[in-house]
Amino acid sequence: MEFGFTEEQQMIRQQAAECLKHECPTGLVRQLMESEHGYSHELWQTMVEMGWTGLIIPEAYGGVGLSFVELAIVLEEMGRALVPGSFFSTVVLAGQVLLAATNDQQKQCWLVPLASGKLRATVAATESNGRWDAGGITVRAEHQNGQFLINGTKLFVPDAHIADLIICVARTGSMEGVEQGITLFAVNRHAPGLTVTPLKTLDQTRRLYEVSFEQVQVPAHYVLGEVGQGWTIWERVFDKATIGLCAEMVGGAQAALDMAVNYSKSRIQFGRPIGSFQSLQHRCADMLLLTESARSAVYAAAWVASQDANDLSLQASIAKSYTNDAYRYVTGECIQIHGGMGFTWEHDAHLYLKRAKADEVTFGDAAFHRERIAKLIGL
Amino acid sequence: MNLNYTPEEEQFRHHVRAWLNEHLPRDWQQLARAQSKRMDEWMAFLKRWQRQLYEAGLAGISWPKQYGGRGATMIEQLILIEEMARAQAPNMLNISIGIELVGPAIMHHGTEAQKQRYLPKILSAEEIWSQGFSEPAAGSDLASLQTRALVKDDSFVVNGQKVWMSWAEYSDYCILLVRTDPTAPKHKGISFLLVDMRSPGITIRPTKQITGEAEFSEVFFDDVVVPRENLVGGLNQGWNVAMTVLAHERGTSAIGYQVRLRTELDGLIRLTKQFERNGRPASQDPLLRQKLAQAYSEVEILKHNIYRAVTQIMRTGKPGPESSIIKLFWSEMDRRQKEIGMEMLGLYSQLVHESKGAIDDGWWPHAFLWSRAGTIYAGSSEIQRNIIAERVLGMPKG
Repeated sequence: MEFGFTEEQQMIRQQAAECLKHECPTGLVRQLMESEHGYSHELWQTMVEMGWTGLIIPEAYGGVGLSFVELAIVLEEMGRALVPGSFFSTVVLAGQVLLAATNDQQKQCWLVPLASGKLRATVAATESNGRWDAGGITVRAEHQNGQFLINGTKLFVPDAHIADLIICVARTGSMEGVEQGITLFAVNRHAPGLTVTPLKTLDQTRRLYEVSFEQVQVPAHYVLGEVGQGWTIWERVFDKATIGLCAEMVGGAQAALDMAVNYSKSRIQFGRPIGSFQSLQHRCADMLLLTESARSAVYAAAWVASQDANDLSLQASIAKSYTNDAYRYVTGECIQIHGGMGFTWEHDAHLYLKRAKADEVTFGDAAFHRERIAKLIGL
Repeated sequence: MNLNYTPEEEQFRHHVRAWLNEHLPRDWQQLARAQSKRMDEWMAFLKRWQRQLYEAGLAGISWPKQYGGRGATMIEQLILIEEMARAQAPNMLNISIGIELVGPAIMHHGTEAQKQRYLPKILSAEEIWSQGFSEPAAGSDLASLQTRALVKDDSFVVNGQKVWMSWAEYSDYCILLVRTDPTAPKHKGISFLLVDMRSPGITIRPTKQITGEAEFSEVFFDDVVVPRENLVGGLNQGWNVAMTVLAHERGTSAIGYQVRLRTELDGLIRLTKQFERNGRPASQDPLLRQKLAQAYSEVEILKHNIYRAVTQIMRTGKPGPESSIIKLFWSEMDRRQKEIGMEMLGLYSQLVHESKGAIDDGWWPHAFLWSRAGTIYAGSSEIQRNIIAERVLGMPKG
């Protein structure tokens, strides 16, 4: 029993932190926020060179072959730096579907270029109903003459505009027994009939799109896993991606906490640093308590993910429900402690608040996950 | 990072579980319930129980062998506490003060003679200890304590009053913080004494608390003579000793609370399935489900927080101010958990011990009241936040 990182893991963290400090300062984040796609090819190449795109992909497919714990460490640092662009959707979402659901030929075709950074991808799961459970999947794929035809609209799809590949979670069976009859498809983003429309969102560091399918043809060998068996695969990816997002959120919470504490030490009011006032000290202490407790939940969940243990869903839901509340609270307090300064566009505090709110609803809000916990513990 | 246990640790867990299965008396909970009426019997039982654990090598296992321990790792200690809590075994009588506070203080700051004299008898429960820190005007501001000790010949002569001394009537010794230099700044003039509770001049007056019980006492010291050799850590060095004690109190001993909180929550979850609210099982109430799921998460997270802290201690050798995070976390969540139980029981939350119709014989209202103590003792939540702000976050002193 050792609930702390190894020297190698600490080195990975340190390298990630130093790299992102130089290559992804908030100046760049702001610049990308105002750009069309919110994506930097140079930053992407840096992450490729660091080996992050192939971090958890086996060496046989061109990856580094490390575990989910190492991925969580890097994601935490990415969350701290508010890394924009498609790393999360490519590696943590699509990458894990491809890892879990593909045959060897498909791995050569998609996983190898993904590991080497040549392929960017995303997953289109959610729809206008805003649901994360299997009942929310209504986009249909019909089998016809040895191929599939997809029709319907996906909403809130991350980074679809720059993805080469969009993995679509679609219904091939009936709505009865909702978890049955769901199939995963690899769809070329340039396929005829596929339209990507940007959404204007609160957090511009990560872009969301509407993706509509109109008679989009997908060859049968683009099915990932078995026809009708997609939900169990997606559910496990969902759990791991949730934990990965939580790692980012903890990094963001830490950044907001550091910002607030540093400011409170230097800002003088009533003739003394505001950090010497007990009311501020107690706010900061609570911010630390929430950040550290979220961190404990996330590290434990990341370990469970690395072991593919049975209680993956439970640990993912504990981490997400707790981290949602913690990140929102800490970023809100960060603005409060900065006073008027924290309300300005120029200050970085709002970037974290917006990330917190976007992350909070991604992969389910706290109420969704608490209800899931209730079911899992037999309530 | 590796959250699995080693084969040796698993084996130790198995050993403890088997021992408890064989030796834990089946009827001890009846005795516990009647403790307010038959306190002497209850105390005698607890002494016997700890003696048994000691003879089996299961008391103070992380202590060095020469003082009666087995030099076990902290993980093994956690396993023992977890298994004790899981078996719902009674706590050792001398654990929360004797083993967890007095032991570390003497081990870190005591003389070899003090170690030989006191440590083994703490483990065997031959001598029971209490803690004399708080005073009427020195609670959270512990350093402003006024109990005086004058050096006279080869002794200290103690005068003053202490409050909130647990089980004082049943104690043989206490650790006592006294002011030995009134002219020094308040943290610098304090000494740490080991005091025989049967010394002439000590008067004990039990304090009835909001639960109706009297676990604590006020203790008065009138010209109490304490031999010079009972000083720990040097004259006027008592504050450092006290800080060692408090760091232990706030830190890893919380694992026992963690398992207890989990057991209590499991009980509450079972209860919500049987207990009806608004014409249906309480477990089907959406808001209550949310609160119970949150409580469940918090209990899990407390465990993770403790294990992270333990790993840190094993790597650095001592508990840091991070133990304040654990204390703040568990005491606040304990209060929330008991509030959920009371909310769930509705009208029945009023029915206490021995009332007709009381659920679980009135355990919930009792636990609800008792949970108000956790955020006050061992440094209030406000004190923990001060420590976190100043010593973990490095914010300027107020």
